[in-house]
Amino acid sequence: MVNVTIDGKKISVPEGTTILKAAKELGINIPTLCYWEGLNEIGACRVCVVEVEGNIRLPAACNTPVEEGMVVRTNTKKVRDARKANVELILSEHNSNCTACVRSGNCSLQKLANEFNVGEIPYRKHLQEKKGNTSFPLIHDYTRCIKCMRCIQVCDKIQASSIWDLVNTGSRSTVDLASSYSLEESKCALCGQCITHCPVGALKERDDTDRAIDALEDPDKITVIQIAPSIRTAWGEAFGLSPEEATVNRLAACLKEIGFDYVFDTNFSADLTIMEEGSEFLSRLGDKENNKFPMFTSCCPGWVRFVKANYPEFIDNLSTAKSPQQMFGAVTKSYFAEQIGVDPSKICSISIMPCLAKKHECAIPVMNDACGDPDVDIVLTTREVDRLIKSEHVDPANLSDIELDSPLGIGSGAGNIFGATGGVMEAALRTAYNLVTGSNPDPDAFKAVRGQQGWKEAEFDLAGSTLKIAVANGLGNAAKLLDALKKGEVEYDFVEIMACPGGCVGGGGQPIHEQCEMAPLRAPVLYQQDADMKLRFSHENPSITKIYEEYFGKPLSEKSHHLLHTDHHKWTMPNGN
Amino acid sequence: MSRLSNVSSTLAQETVEELYKDIERNIQTSQPGLCPVDLAAAFLHLSHARSCGKCTPCRVGLGRLEELINSVLDGKADMETLDVIETTAESIFRSADCAIGSEAARMAVKAVKGFRDDFEEHILHGRCKLQNFKSVPCVSECPAHVDIPGYIALIHEGRYADAVNLIRKDNPLPATCGMICEHPCEEHCRRKLVDDAINIRGLKRYAVEHEGEIKKPACEEATGKKIAIIGGGPSGLTAAYFLSKMGHECTVYEQRDKLGGMLRYGIPSYRLPREILDREIEGMKLTGFKTITNFSIGKDMSFDELRKQYDAVYISIGAHIDNKIGIDGEDADGVVSAVEMLRGIGDGKMPDFSGLKIVVVGGGNVAMDVARSAVRLGAESVKIAYRRRKADMTALAEEVEGAVADGCEIMELNSPVRIEKNADGKVAAIWLKPQIVGEVKWGRPAPVNADAPEVRIPCDRVLVAIGQGIESAQFGEAGIPLKRNRIAASDEGDFEGIEGVFSGGDCVTGPATVIKAIAGGKVAAANIDEYLGFNHLITSDVELPPVRFADREPMGRVNMTERPAGERIKDFCLMENSMTDQEACQESARCLQCDHFGCGLLKGGREFKW
Repeated sequence: MVNVTIDGKKISVPEGTTILKAAKELGINIPTLCYWEGLNEIGACRVCVVEVEGNIRLPAACNTPVEEGMVVRTNTKKVRDARKANVELILSEHNSNCTACVRSGNCSLQKLANEFNVGEIPYRKHLQEKKGNTSFPLIHDYTRCIKCMRCIQVCDKIQASSIWDLVNTGSRSTVDLASSYSLEESKCALCGQCITHCPVGALKERDDTDRAIDALEDPDKITVIQIAPSIRTAWGEAFGLSPEEATVNRLAACLKEIGFDYVFDTNFSADLTIMEEGSEFLSRLGDKENNKFPMFTSCCPGWVRFVKANYPEFIDNLSTAKSPQQMFGAVTKSYFAEQIGVDPSKICSISIMPCLAKKHECAIPVMNDACGDPDVDIVLTTREVDRLIKSEHVDPANLSDIELDSPLGIGSGAGNIFGATGGVMEAALRTAYNLVTGSNPDPDAFKAVRGQQGWKEAEFDLAGSTLKIAVANGLGNAAKLLDALKKGEVEYDFVEIMACPGGCVGGGGQPIHEQCEMAPLRAPVLYQQDADMKLRFSHENPSITKIYEEYFGKPLSEKSHHLLHTDHHKWTMPNGN
Repeated sequence: MSRLSNVSSTLAQETVEELYKDIERNIQTSQPGLCPVDLAAAFLHLSHARSCGKCTPCRVGLGRLEELINSVLDGKADMETLDVIETTAESIFRSADCAIGSEAARMAVKAVKGFRDDFEEHILHGRCKLQNFKSVPCVSECPAHVDIPGYIALIHEGRYADAVNLIRKDNPLPATCGMICEHPCEEHCRRKLVDDAINIRGLKRYAVEHEGEIKKPACEEATGKKIAIIGGGPSGLTAAYFLSKMGHECTVYEQRDKLGGMLRYGIPSYRLPREILDREIEGMKLTGFKTITNFSIGKDMSFDELRKQYDAVYISIGAHIDNKIGIDGEDADGVVSAVEMLRGIGDGKMPDFSGLKIVVVGGGNVAMDVARSAVRLGAESVKIAYRRRKADMTALAEEVEGAVADGCEIMELNSPVRIEKNADGKVAAIWLKPQIVGEVKWGRPAPVNADAPEVRIPCDRVLVAIGQGIESAQFGEAGIPLKRNRIAASDEGDFEGIEGVFSGGDCVTGPATVIKAIAGGKVAAANIDEYLGFNHLITSDVELPPVRFADREPMGRVNMTERPAGERIKDFCLMENSMTDQEACQESARCLQCDHFGCGLLKGGREFKW
């Protein structure tokens, strides 16, 4: 243990503890800006500097370990002056047109500037002139970047994609693309983790809310909106609502208030995915000779982009099942259009997703199987939906829960847990067990695959044969798993991968909380909802039973193949795969 | 009124002088990987500030040039701008009245010609092509990429064995390098910004001296693959050490009596004591590689035969043959090549130079080694004849100074023209032609004959140290590509179209430094392992102490001291003194820990495995 004194208070902490953490234990708040625990402890912004007795220079509290007998002051004039100067210097290169910034009100720099009582800035403004592509789902605003480097770190260390880098040296140093000239030419998976780790508005999603409003305003359009499982864990955060208050039913009430004609649940198509993907897996198992193993889940488009860009040799291991979003879109513009007797081209199909990659996925030209138009027209992230609700001046707190519309508003608990890492695997195993044995397992029989661990393995007995499965979340873990598969170090039958750490609950389109990984807090909400539901098996969802009876016949039927499956080779990433 | 006055400096002048010194050190620490276009603009700015303002090209032109280069950096230029930059710079160079303007412009011309592709990348894509910021200068400058800040931190904590084991992750010859490494790591040491480079080599030596017993290194499970290494010098031994750690069965073939190569047969023991070298080699052999000495590939077994018996072969034969001056009388009895003389000393055959007059020809480190050895062998006088200036010698400055202190006399600007024999065919004298320094060619001023008569230097021995060659012919005959007698291996140490044969060290680079030879062995080990279908990673489990925060107040560098010249010239015992505990503690605290502070934390200052 090391004894230190901070602002006159004594504390004993383990060797290697940073000044920042020791101060926190004492209840002393040291401001930070670039810091993110465990990810970015590089002392770049120099806002967390403190004074150490006996030293002229001010160390960064975030990455300077305490030493025996160290006497630290966090609130001297030197410290205040240096911190404020650094914030003002950062502001001199930051586009502070806050009223036109998507992060206004949730911006670390804005908050610090307020805290430091920044008024007139004594430096001339220098804004970068380079502009990013504003039509791509991920937008880089060079004028707002404060070079905290978090995006570089998360993309590199957590997502194994290394899209971003510190480019140029000296005064022209900037965060830019590491090995391509534009985002659209890069291998970016569109996971959006760089956005949720950005302290300011330098990285953001393309805002498609105006397109949704145009559809609402068009008298010839019928608007159908689906809500992805993970949205119900997070959408209320922007309104100060707890997950218990911010139910999917209250969100449905908001959406109806705004004017959407049909509010449905992606849990329905998650169940449909299980029927198709589970059956596909069993059929592949029955024909091991002609299929590649393990089979990978395909519901996460960030993962699909990643595998196509970085590990093309595994493309054929992907399930051909479309993601729940795309299955939903295809069903909406075929089965549902028939049900309500309208021309599918009159339907505007919208989805609420925790994800930027979904914005790309819906625009893939071959995702038009129902009627030739895109199966999904518009994807809104959770953040965009929150902004849409706010801009419509709808107050969710004043609305009561309503039921979602029928028939595509019914989903099982199995579909509900799609939003968390391990959820797709667990849901699939629940139904696969039934498909093989004819009876249901205990719905919690496969809960070994739950949890935030980056790479999980399990073995289950399926009617006498052992099934080896793995679950990975975060592309860095996915890359490790793929490398181990390539080297023959591991072997599995079925693998679930979600691009974002923790799965969709930690998605790049979810509400942003400074220095807080939200997935571990949001995932239990989905599991609790599952546990509270009567309907916990995808194959028992009455709407699923009905759609197979009335429309698809059975899983993997010709119609299913046409509408619910896709060929991953029919489009390419910039590297041609 | 006084007609004249003495010049006393003002505070402002003194401060500017200090700032000049600061910027000198600043430039010395500049490391590769910075944007060269940005630097070119900065150099122009500095030059422009020195313009007196009289003449148009310099006063106006340098500013316009800088603006143009900045427009390139700001992405506001087009390809035509490059032509404007070039013609403007050339015009300034030609028309500037004094060197301030013309030399600044010459730099701009060099820049636009030397890295035009980077200018173009800025124009076309708004970014630097060459930028690759090296976060830890010492590590990036060390050919073997030893974790220098890591081991210095460990030395400061008193964890010497850990420090040396961390060095061994990248360099299995720490004792040798502690004694004789040319320490390129110190060249761009960022501490120079504050005062002076860290004495890295001295600290390494200190750590080794306090390491204690060398433990048997952990080796991977045996792979059953057999590798032959031709040549037991630093490169071959390094390859054998790492490949054995990776679990491969290695055999080192050495044509001489003992292992060590140039470390034993080229470096005198007063710089690298034999007991230290022997201990180091014995420690390396704990990894289990076999050694066969007095066995020459090419004589005792053909290369083709050897190749058939092994899964892979590493050729590290060094550069052990002497170059001839090519003058009359070189065949005289008493003309000895440096290589031959040092080889004999390596095998313990000490020639007796008592009372003899010696002339050494050459200006490199080997010339200094034979000159200083000659002093120790009892020579009456030792003169070093060199055709260029003393300042142009390729030997390290400290070696030249040391030779002078040992009593050698340097005869700079004297080119040997012939050796005079006596009636018995023995050396009687060497004739030298005085030179005058001339034009700069290939970065060094070339000597030309001076208008002065030849000088006769009577002597008994002429020691020739004008570089070494490589005995590579037999490998050429076996199909290994050669280039000017060097073995033409790729940067990866292999050959296109030749399976399983690798080469490195002096026989590839030409006579170079021990650390380059070690790096060659390290590269070969990794690539041989890969070639054999493995991916054994060399790592270290040594954990570093927490980083220390300290002010960076200027503090003198601890230099190594030597035994007094009058004492050391009487023996071949180690010449250099050790650092004291007090010195090592102070010196290790000077390290700026660039693996943590600055870019190190972002870009990863440490390489944990290779």
